[in-house]
Amino acid sequence: MPERKRKWRILLMHTIILPTLFFGIYFFSLAPKSWEGVDEAVVEKIAKEHGREAREPLIDPGSGDLLLFGFLLAGAVGGFAAGYYWRELTKKG
Amino acid sequence: MARILFLTSISLLAATPAFAMHISEGILPFSWALLWSLAVVPFLALGVKRLNVLAREDLSLKPLVGLLAAVVFIISCMPIPVPTAGTCSHPCGTGVAAILVGPLVSVVIAAVALLIQALFLAHGGLSTLGANTFSMGVVGSLAGWLAFRGVRGMGGSLAVSGFIAGMLADWGTYAATSLILASGIRGDAPLLPLFFQVVLAFIPTQLPLGILEGVITAGMVTLLYRKRPDLLVKMRVITEKELPTHA
Repeated sequence: MPERKRKWRILLMHTIILPTLFFGIYFFSLAPKSWEGVDEAVVEKIAKEHGREAREPLIDPGSGDLLLFGFLLAGAVGGFAAGYYWRELTKKG
Repeated sequence: MARILFLTSISLLAATPAFAMHISEGILPFSWALLWSLAVVPFLALGVKRLNVLAREDLSLKPLVGLLAAVVFIISCMPIPVPTAGTCSHPCGTGVAAILVGPLVSVVIAAVALLIQALFLAHGGLSTLGANTFSMGVVGSLAGWLAFRGVRGMGGSLAVSGFIAGMLADWGTYAATSLILASGIRGDAPLLPLFFQVVLAFIPTQLPLGILEGVITAGMVTLLYRKRPDLLVKMRVITEKELPTHA
């Protein structure tokens, strides 16, 4: 009986967690919705009201999002490697 | 392994367009941009000096500072959507850096992270680098460090102190950004109403994000305490008497 109860509890948990997870991913990333950054929503908007506008960056990376994502991945991989070998890295020679 | 692959796939799917949240290139008039750049120079000089002193005592601190720079770089360009505001913004990471290596070295870390973002990611800008470093590096680090030391001094636990430090570092950063922006763009308009206008505009996004940054900072500090308390002793965050009994 307790085993059956446990299975029902797991099933119930999954029926709640899985849809929530999928909804979360859809809501935050896959939905065709633009999450405006506070730079545009606040900084640039108020600056424009006062006659100041953002200029093009001195070095325009073009596809900035892709580059950012590359940086994030490289940072995550580098951080993981540095953390994993931390004791080796900080060992006195 | 399957779980790692699953989580990696989810992360790749979840990659959303990123937005810069620092003061962009050209927003500040030249004179104000120059002023904030000059204001940052003494803090940077003191930070580099402090880093050299610490590295002379213990060379292993340098890779740690490098690692923290990577952490601040990632955290401060990680867009987090705030559904209640319909916008996204980022935590700063300078709170945790200031707790671990002190506020002056944290200024150097913030400057490096912001420089790379300005050069390669069009986040912020080279002309506004001084202003962004002042708000995120100087004010964020000092607010975080002072809050952490203050709460610890009053007997607060590492988690509570870390939470308040992270939260105040974030809110302090955006309060400073508001002041820098308002003073730079106001022209003949009075400063205070414009300052409060910017602060109020930031609140829906940064209020919850500051709390999130507090949670992240508390989590990082307590994780370090559980896994590598020796590092916290080395960085003078805790004393040897506060080491956990199993360490």
